[in-house]
Amino acid sequence: MTNHWVDIKNANLVLVMGGNAAEAHPCGFKWVTEAKAHNKAKLIVVDPRFTRSAAVADYYAPVRAGSDIAFLGGVINYLLTNNKIQHEYVKAYTDAGFIVRTDYTFEDGVFSGYDETKRKYDKSTWMYELGADGYVKTDPTLTNPRCVFNLMKTHYARYTPELVSSITGTPKEQFLKVCEMIAETSAPDRTMTIMYALGWTQHSVGAQMIRTAAMVQLLLGNIGMVGGGMNALRGHSNIQGLTDLGLLSEALPGYLTLPKEAETDYKAYIEKRVQKPLRPGQFSYWQNYGKFHVSLMKAWYGDAAHKDNNFAFDYLPKLDKPHDILQVFEDMHQGKLNGYFCQGFNPLAAFPCKAKVGRALTKLKYLVTIDPLVTETSTFWENHGEYNDVDPAKIQTEVFRLPSTCFAEEDGSLVSSSRVLQWHWKGADPTAEAKSDLEIVAGIFLRLRGLYQKEGGAFPDPILKVTWNYAILSAPSPEEIAREYSGKALDDLMDPKDKTKVVRKAGEQLDGFGQLTDDGKTACGCWIFSGAWSEKGNLMGRRDNSDPSGLGITLNWAYAWPSNRRVQYNRASCDPSGKPWDPKRKLIGWNGAKWAGVDVPDFKPDAAPEDAMNPFIMNSEGVGRFFVVDKMGDGPFPEHYEPFESPLDVNPLHPKNPKAKNSPAARVFKDDLDQFGDAKEFPYVATTYRLTEHFHYWTKHTKLAAIMQPEQFVEIGEDLAKMKNIKSGDRVRVRSIRGFIKAVAVVTKRIRTLEVYGKKVYTVGIPIHWGFQGLAPNGFIANTLTPSVGDANTQTPEFKAFLVTIDKL
Amino acid sequence: MALQSLDITSRSATTTPSPGVRQTQKVAKLIDISKCIGCKACQVACMEWNDLRDEIGTNHGVYDNPLDLTDKSWTVMRFSEVELEKGKLEWLIRKDGCMHCADPGCLKACPAPGAIVQYSNGIVDFHEEHCIGCGYCITGCPFNIPRLSKKDDKVYKCTLCSDRVSVGMEPACVKTCPTGALVFGSKEDMIQHAEERIVDLKSRGYNNAGLYDPPGVGGTHVMYVLQHADQPQIYNGLPKDPQISLLVELWKGVLKPIMSLGLGLVALTGFFHYVTVGPNEVKEDANENQHGR
Amino acid sequence: MLSRRQFLQFSAVSAAGLSTSSLGILGFSATQVLAEVRQYKLERTTETRNTCPYCSVGCGLLMYSLGDKAKNAPAEIIHIEGDPDHPVNRGTLCPKGAGLLDFVHSPNRLKYPEYRAPGSDKFVRISWDDFIAKNADGTTVNRWLSTGFLAASASSNESGYLTHKVVRSLGILAFDNQARV
Repeated sequence: MTNHWVDIKNANLVLVMGGNAAEAHPCGFKWVTEAKAHNKAKLIVVDPRFTRSAAVADYYAPVRAGSDIAFLGGVINYLLTNNKIQHEYVKAYTDAGFIVRTDYTFEDGVFSGYDETKRKYDKSTWMYELGADGYVKTDPTLTNPRCVFNLMKTHYARYTPELVSSITGTPKEQFLKVCEMIAETSAPDRTMTIMYALGWTQHSVGAQMIRTAAMVQLLLGNIGMVGGGMNALRGHSNIQGLTDLGLLSEALPGYLTLPKEAETDYKAYIEKRVQKPLRPGQFSYWQNYGKFHVSLMKAWYGDAAHKDNNFAFDYLPKLDKPHDILQVFEDMHQGKLNGYFCQGFNPLAAFPCKAKVGRALTKLKYLVTIDPLVTETSTFWENHGEYNDVDPAKIQTEVFRLPSTCFAEEDGSLVSSSRVLQWHWKGADPTAEAKSDLEIVAGIFLRLRGLYQKEGGAFPDPILKVTWNYAILSAPSPEEIAREYSGKALDDLMDPKDKTKVVRKAGEQLDGFGQLTDDGKTACGCWIFSGAWSEKGNLMGRRDNSDPSGLGITLNWAYAWPSNRRVQYNRASCDPSGKPWDPKRKLIGWNGAKWAGVDVPDFKPDAAPEDAMNPFIMNSEGVGRFFVVDKMGDGPFPEHYEPFESPLDVNPLHPKNPKAKNSPAARVFKDDLDQFGDAKEFPYVATTYRLTEHFHYWTKHTKLAAIMQPEQFVEIGEDLAKMKNIKSGDRVRVRSIRGFIKAVAVVTKRIRTLEVYGKKVYTVGIPIHWGFQGLAPNGFIANTLTPSVGDANTQTPEFKAFLVTIDKL
Repeated sequence: MALQSLDITSRSATTTPSPGVRQTQKVAKLIDISKCIGCKACQVACMEWNDLRDEIGTNHGVYDNPLDLTDKSWTVMRFSEVELEKGKLEWLIRKDGCMHCADPGCLKACPAPGAIVQYSNGIVDFHEEHCIGCGYCITGCPFNIPRLSKKDDKVYKCTLCSDRVSVGMEPACVKTCPTGALVFGSKEDMIQHAEERIVDLKSRGYNNAGLYDPPGVGGTHVMYVLQHADQPQIYNGLPKDPQISLLVELWKGVLKPIMSLGLGLVALTGFFHYVTVGPNEVKEDANENQHGR
Repeated sequence: MLSRRQFLQFSAVSAAGLSTSSLGILGFSATQVLAEVRQYKLERTTETRNTCPYCSVGCGLLMYSLGDKAKNAPAEIIHIEGDPDHPVNRGTLCPKGAGLLDFVHSPNRLKYPEYRAPGSDKFVRISWDDFIAKNADGTTVNRWLSTGFLAASASSNESGYLTHKVVRSLGILAFDNQARV
């Protein structure tokens, strides 16, 4: 979230799209009801289903699963055509006036630089025109036809209300009604917040759906504002924290990146990531990359990381190719992996195409699962009839199943969607022999390190020299680890303005990432978390909930990254002169000497408005991007492409170009190509989702949740039910090309038949949550049905739009 | 512990006055259906607090689960898909459970002394150790709430968390409610709160928004804010004008002493069955669910 | 209308009621009514603050445990409800959070390390030492390219950080967490 949960109460308009906050995040959704009750806010829900969020909405519009870019592109077109944008904001704080290279093109659905055989773009043309000074050329009058604003206008002019309605199935008048309501928030003192979740991420064009929405928010001047922002509602309690800590194949903690295989030169590695400003006077925060990286390496390798060995740069593994989960299971399926560890994760249930995942697991030599609960993954080799039809005798994988503690039995911190790090305390001892993840990981590590000490090997240093200075080697305490990632001074740190003054003495905890250095004098395991445990103690455990401004900003409650800031980009809540766009909802302002207010300013604190420094300091442009240059794999402007399994034969935007039917840059593995279903055999659009009564694949193990929603079901509309002679309560089989599930049918008015590009589209709703382990009656793993294709940027699987057929049993 | 024993307004089948020297504040729970997202947190919190676990059932082709109130499910959400205007679908979700009537039909009908008690704060509580399992309270209830346990032949229903209320806490369902659709306080404050909600709903086009506090049972200590107060029955059969059956009134006033002296209960129940009419509708399948597990 | 079936059930039940408490209805006299409410169950409990492990709202929890943590009285959590001081959830919990007690005490919690041999149809209980010895034998390779590690979604920052440090020091690249899906 750019903003935070409580801030939603300040919104004038709430758009829930690509998510179902009332069901998936009920206690966060209370701030929507609060905005409605006390801020006269309106709530719009756009979703293929009339959800429990829609039940309390002021306005609901249906949309075909997978067509959100068309919808939002249409909103952009509406705002530009009807001149409903926050002009001053767009002019000052976005790239609207930046001139784009003349060789950038977009022709019939494909951007310049496309290589069809590699399914990849050469992105070099997706760039601004640079002047001799190295800065971007701009046209503040926005008249140059090659400026971003005009390119964007042309790009989205194609998204007419008629075409949008034809692609999305949203009736035109309903689409226009949503546009009108959204357009009202272009006034500087009105804001819309957008709440989205996996309804946007789980598509082959998921990242671009989110970008399109962010562009809408930039046009309306809603980023950085109280009650505004792009608010990703993360799906698990510490998905935010684990992402922040970089537990992803290509990442390092704090959104630093792992070197690629070719990046053997340390200096070049750093230089590539130090982004120089693209506008004069601009401040580009990533210029500090070296400080963050060196401090990380000092935290991991201590004295073994020093200037002479490039701070142990060679100890880091180098990325030879992507290793996202789809790739890893593809490799596993090809027999290229021996061992696999699953820590609190149930891939057999959570990954696409269960059959493929199950087969892949049989090819492992060993599998280790670590979890408080029984998981389907840990028993993938067990025969459970139709639910898991395997022969244990034929499966040679060794399985180790390890019991871990649950939340109630450990201390530690989690990061909420609001980016707030909150400490929690143990209430009881672990059950039986369960151990904490810390102890389990430490146990494995110490044993391996011992073996390397004994046996040596070609390059044991990265293992032998990693810092392990914990009081109890086999049980590092959460407190010790928290201090390590928050960071400390290794040497006395001097005030850069007064070299005689010591800011932090050697050994002291740091106040924040502003104190990090690239000379090895500081150690910090995750720079964005820096300051969470300072000399003042564990700030994550703070419990002062006072909210002096009444805007819901509780700076003394726990600790938010970065720098305890609660609304990101809050400099943009003020006009260029430093006055808030909306004086009634002031976050920060320029007081003549510095930026100050009720939130921690997201800006250089002493940069005066006349310095003309722009608010988005994490971008080297300093402004928000409509044209995202080379940052995305599938295009600098979002374009609607059909899901890989679509009920349509063509992309209605490019009916004559089959290459532009689906995302041209999405990766598809060879074996998966023939695993896409055709609309003739599988005519109905399926989408998977959570129900409010359950959490993922966990709560089927809890009796209370099993009572509330006991048995697997699927939802269909009344028209499809009539066609297939299905009544509520009947048992049905839902089949995709990859497999089938059986479930109870819920026939409902809440799923409408949509008119899409001249044909009727029927939607089948498939709740996840069931499996062959649990207190709830056994069910089929919903991902039996889903395709193994991912987004072109994130490789997140396309769970939200695929094809099935349905029959009464 | 017996804090409330001085706060009693009435007891079932008891002729002597109740110890009611102390008058406590009248309380009420307000259920604002326009804020309800049907998440069932109230159902879970109710079972968890009361240390009950209902059976793990099946799906009946609807979101409602458990499908009906039981001796262990003292509150359930009832889901209704309603299209009052063509093309304008509404998903009305009503939390069902004891209404804590000011004039409780269950208490009036109950022949077991002290099995049903009404505190001066308005809570109607069952004291199952005195319950004889006759089921008259079920017949006497205009909302079809109490449920007989197969396990012990006692009747159970929502206590409005009298144990929590007695130590100054709100009921478990109210505390947990994520969206604030449930609120709890003095009846006066709840009516005031409802009025504010009704103004908001009217401003959003719900011209018939209103409070449900039916006078036929003397008002209730559980009230609803309805978007369509003119049609309570669209909320899964909420009775438009609930009344205590005339027969219960008769039984209470004249017949009960005579009956209690000698008449067999079996015959009496038959009599009840014969004349009970009105809003107390029980569907066949719901009944099945109630007794047939 | 009451159905006929319901009537019959009532009759049967009533008969049973009579036989078990036949004196119950002869209640003309003022039987002393102990109109007490149920004992408030949290009176002797210890309160511990925690955070809900499910979604990312990060709701504050109050966990109530019995047992005063004396040597012979280990704590057992008997009830969980929302933390009213928490600025986001303000004491509320959703159906999953309100039922957290059943996660802590789920019969499907794992209790011991277990091992399943190739081709076997069952797990056997092993000790932690067995696991470490068995699993780590013969695994000193230079780069762990044939090993993958899938990190969690609800483990703490501290677990996540230590896991990352260990995984990268081993040279593992096939490393992801739930954020990917």
